[in-house]
Amino acid sequence: MSAKEEILSRITAALHDAPNPGPVPRDYRTTSDMAEAELIELLVDRLEDYKAHVDVVDAPGLPATIVERLKDATSYVIPHGIDERWFDAADTRLRIDAPGAVLSVSELDETSAVLTSSAVSVAESGTIVLDGTANQGRRAISLVPDHHVCVVPVSSIVRLLPEALPRMDITRPLTWISGPSATSDIELERVEGVHGPRQLDVIIVKGL
Amino acid sequence: MSNVFMGMPALPVFGDGNLHIEEPFPAAAHRELGNTQMRANLRHATHTIRDKRLKVVAELPDWEELRDAGSATKDLVMANLPALLEEFEKNFTARGGIIHWARDSHEANKIVADLIREQNTTEVVKVKSMATQEIGLNEYLEEQGISAFETDLAELIVQLGHDKPSHILVPAIHKNRTEVRDIFLKEMPNVDPNLTDEPRLLAMAAREHLRRKFLSAKVAISGANFALADSGTLAVVESEGNGRMCLTLPETLITVMGIEKLLPAKEDLEVFMQLLPRSSTGERMNPYTSLWTGVTEGDGPQNVHLVLLDNGRTAALADKYGRTALNCIRCSACMNVCPVYERTGGHAYGSTYPGPIGAILTPLLTGIKSEENSSLPYASSLCGACFDACPVKINIPEILVHLRGEDVDSKRGTKKLPTQMDLMMKGAGWAFSSGKHLALLEKGLPFGKLAAGRDKKIKRLPGIAAGWTQSRDIPAPPAQSFRDWWKKDHTPVAPTHQQEN
Ligand code: SF4
Repeated sequence: MSAKEEILSRITAALHDAPNPGPVPRDYRTTSDMAEAELIELLVDRLEDYKAHVDVVDAPGLPATIVERLKDATSYVIPHGIDERWFDAADTRLRIDAPGAVLSVSELDETSAVLTSSAVSVAESGTIVLDGTANQGRRAISLVPDHHVCVVPVSSIVRLLPEALPRMDITRPLTWISGPSATSDIELERVEGVHGPRQLDVIIVKGL
Repeated sequence: MSNVFMGMPALPVFGDGNLHIEEPFPAAAHRELGNTQMRANLRHATHTIRDKRLKVVAELPDWEELRDAGSATKDLVMANLPALLEEFEKNFTARGGIIHWARDSHEANKIVADLIREQNTTEVVKVKSMATQEIGLNEYLEEQGISAFETDLAELIVQLGHDKPSHILVPAIHKNRTEVRDIFLKEMPNVDPNLTDEPRLLAMAAREHLRRKFLSAKVAISGANFALADSGTLAVVESEGNGRMCLTLPETLITVMGIEKLLPAKEDLEVFMQLLPRSSTGERMNPYTSLWTGVTEGDGPQNVHLVLLDNGRTAALADKYGRTALNCIRCSACMNVCPVYERTGGHAYGSTYPGPIGAILTPLLTGIKSEENSSLPYASSLCGACFDACPVKINIPEILVHLRGEDVDSKRGTKKLPTQMDLMMKGAGWAFSSGKHLALLEKGLPFGKLAAGRDKKIKRLPGIAAGWTQSRDIPAPPAQSFRDWWKKDHTPVAPTHQQEN
């Protein structure tokens, strides 16, 4: 008998006296109504608590804010699908990662920052979800550089996690980010900055 | 669900690996209690985390509703496990992943080692995983000439310190910052000799130490927190980014996961991803969660494997009073609130799974008759703090009592003469059966004072009761019993009905 057959038959035998469980009660909050301003305020509060830097700007102010956030970067990578109004194509520090023209791991390691957009954000927990679409790129580019500048369109913010999940395509490679990398492994006290990007700058964009 | 019994194999088949404890809990606890530094470290850490957890839990108005949903979902998963596993396999495989099934730790270890060898490498990076800890994967790989590098900070501290994990979430919780610094200075090549004990700098040192390994590793090994049956998706919940490194950069990814980790569908994440981070590190959300479904072209590992592990889980499932222990999502809240854990530390439990959950899960996986594991269900005062803290509402105290009963039953048959415990219980039965019996016994109280001596403490009781005095002193009994005192000082009065007004 294969291991699979054997394990499945062990389970079936183990469950011979198991009662039929009832339906799952879902009485927790699955919807909310929160005005845009409050939603932004909540997300900012949560992200700052994680020691992320947050800007809130109107759409026309986005390019200038990106320039400001990237001013100390010696080089930065963007995924190929980033809106072309967000960056200066003539910037010599710029590297574009695209299918068929990917940066190697060591090239990414030498790149000091990354600029991406994001798919959906949860205000209550301060969580930003990247799903690997063209304006967010493959997972490695938002992981290896030490500084992540992440754009969050206001239209992608929801209050609750149950409101965010329907907006995620679960079969895409998803990364949920809640602040810069951190650890609580020494005396259970949180300190920021281990293997993931040590600096997280979030730009929340109204009207986007 | 269908209850077709297929007539094979004989149940239960217990698990092995790092689950069998080498010395009974009371003996190990006695030794560990002597380690005052460790006790101070644990006290500090568990109290820090308790406060944080309470704060973020109190923020959610629907915490209890989330617990109810979490608990019911897990019950549903266990009852439908064969169908969910098949559904998961179908979806994961359709997306280019490869599934392996392992009956026990030996089979799982061999599958992983063979997969590593196929990649012509002798080095792998690992992200913290309880399942691989349980099956002793690192030790096995070492025998096979393969080096496994732990990348989680706490696991790294344990590995460099040639130590054992003592907590499921923060395996180095028994070490304080100065001890961590000392381990790094001694064991980490090229470490800055001026390293201080500031946690931020210690984290930086770990980053330096592991960076090259991450960037060059060909194979990574991970566990998984959840697996979604309806899409074939796996999830890893972490903080440091070492998980993302392992799950993203190497060409080959091998995940080892217990069969009980399944969830039916995507929407179940909305429950568990609220319950888990708040219960474990006391955060609204952990810094990073990665989800992947088989292989994604051009993004991450292209050679993706999953080993589905039984190793005693089906035996635990066969115990109708104990099976809910498999609902555990390994958040560690129960150990963080446990007064016994806080004092003895995780090493005293001798198994991969310490604390209240370990005290039930370990003997359920191995069988109560296994070596010394029968002592584990007694590692509790049954105060119930674990049950209150558990995000999936596992009634740990009830299962502890059930397993104590199993233990007593399993031993009764093997002993011809009544044990001291049997005699004591018989004696207690006699004493409490009537007031006269008790009064007779209470006449002996002044002798207790004599036995205690001048410091009014009894340091050692005889026979089986010695266990009680092994790590504590008993104050001498009073010269007079409460019942005697009451009789002398109180004349009976007619009851009044004041309280009802
Ligand atoms: S038993 Fe409950 S509280 Fe303990 S680790 Fe498991 S899920 Fe967490």
